[in-house]
Amino acid sequence: MCLGIPGRITEITDGDLTMGIVDFGGIRKDVCLAYTPEAAIGDYVIVHVGFAITTVDQEEAHRTLEVLRAMDGAIEGELGEPLPEGSP
Amino acid sequence: MKYLDEYRDPVLARRLLAELRATATRPWALMEVCGGQTHTLVRQGIDELLPAGMRMIHGPGCPVCVTPLELLDKALRIAERPDVIFTSFGDMLRVPGSRTDLLALKARGADVRVVYSPIDAVRLAQREPDRQVVFFAVGFETTAPANAMAVLRAADLGLTNFSILVSHVLVPPAITAILDAPDCEVQGFLAAGHVCAVMGWTEYEPIAARYRVPIVVTGFEPLDLLEGILLAVRQLEAGHATVENQYARAVRRSGNTEAQDAIRRVFRVTDRAWRGIGTIPTSGLGLADEYAEFDAERRFDVLDIRAAEHPDCIAGRILTGSAVPTDCAAYGAACTPRTPLGAPMVSTEGTCAAFFSAGRTR
Repeated sequence: MCLGIPGRITEITDGDLTMGIVDFGGIRKDVCLAYTPEAAIGDYVIVHVGFAITTVDQEEAHRTLEVLRAMDGAIEGELGEPLPEGSP
Repeated sequence: MKYLDEYRDPVLARRLLAELRATATRPWALMEVCGGQTHTLVRQGIDELLPAGMRMIHGPGCPVCVTPLELLDKALRIAERPDVIFTSFGDMLRVPGSRTDLLALKARGADVRVVYSPIDAVRLAQREPDRQVVFFAVGFETTAPANAMAVLRAADLGLTNFSILVSHVLVPPAITAILDAPDCEVQGFLAAGHVCAVMGWTEYEPIAARYRVPIVVTGFEPLDLLEGILLAVRQLEAGHATVENQYARAVRRSGNTEAQDAIRRVFRVTDRAWRGIGTIPTSGLGLADEYAEFDAERRFDVLDIRAAEHPDCIAGRILTGSAVPTDCAAYGAACTPRTPLGAPMVSTEGTCAAFFSAGRTR
């Protein structure tokens, strides 16, 4: 659970707790954005257990996803499902 | 060079490696304290490509692996209660306790559920007001902000049926404990990039100065690791001992201050037992007094549980880097990812699992 997965913010919902939808190469998850108040729709964030902890650029996000894809079970362990084939 | 062609940029990887070989004049020993980094080092064979005599010692960087056995037994005791929905990150379910594991308990009818985020556990508690929802709050500084927010949310919502079983650990005190050991061979550290994305690296500066060790904040891609190792070796060769940031793409010196504020509100620093290592002073987080009502250990009266490790498992020596998995008689035989004796074989971040999945043999 300690691995951060990069993804792109596609929706932001302001409420008691700022939440959003983050797309991880095809898998979309509810993510808490309270710790990255500077992040906007379209930005890339690194997400740990459903919380964005830092923003990164697109190139960094794609590269990191590739590394995680090579680690057996890493993405499935974090997101609960494997990445779709051929996604960036 | 057997693995180098798989790199994103094999030319750059070869250049970094050539530079490392030209720089290193002594058999330096570095330690990484991050399961993701361990996995990359082993899978890519970076540890086998280093200049002669130089080595990477794999430190206690897997949060699943360092969660103490007695805490697992406490989790099992709580999870078997009929009034409890026990929630956890998926990678804790197969970690063996003294007698069984959470997955086996679930198969026997206990209500054990995997959640992606601790916020999901809070939502479950809202939906199930007649059940007690307990979340297994383990991890390093990377998961602490999430678990802190879960408690803040539960407090805001006035939930009386939500609690967390806490086993949070902190990296800098573990580094200090490793350096304080009389037989310590580690001469420099790679600090975990994502831990530092939350906490920044100011905590590491006094450690580098006091123990005269270089510490390089490093990402977990192959090229990051090669560069982190090179930066540490350059410092060692020059007699320097400072904190450097290789992972500037994601880490700032002050870290994520919003996340740190939440951690400080909800948790307090406490002594913490590390599986296989023992108690390290001020090396963990427990709930602050103000949030003690959310402490599952108190709510379910499991404070007195004690436990003993499997006699054939050398996880303690693996976690401190004094042995590698292939030194263990059980490795790959009695102990595999399907039949793990100890935690480092369970988690994808564990050193034994990393060796096993890379096909390393005794």
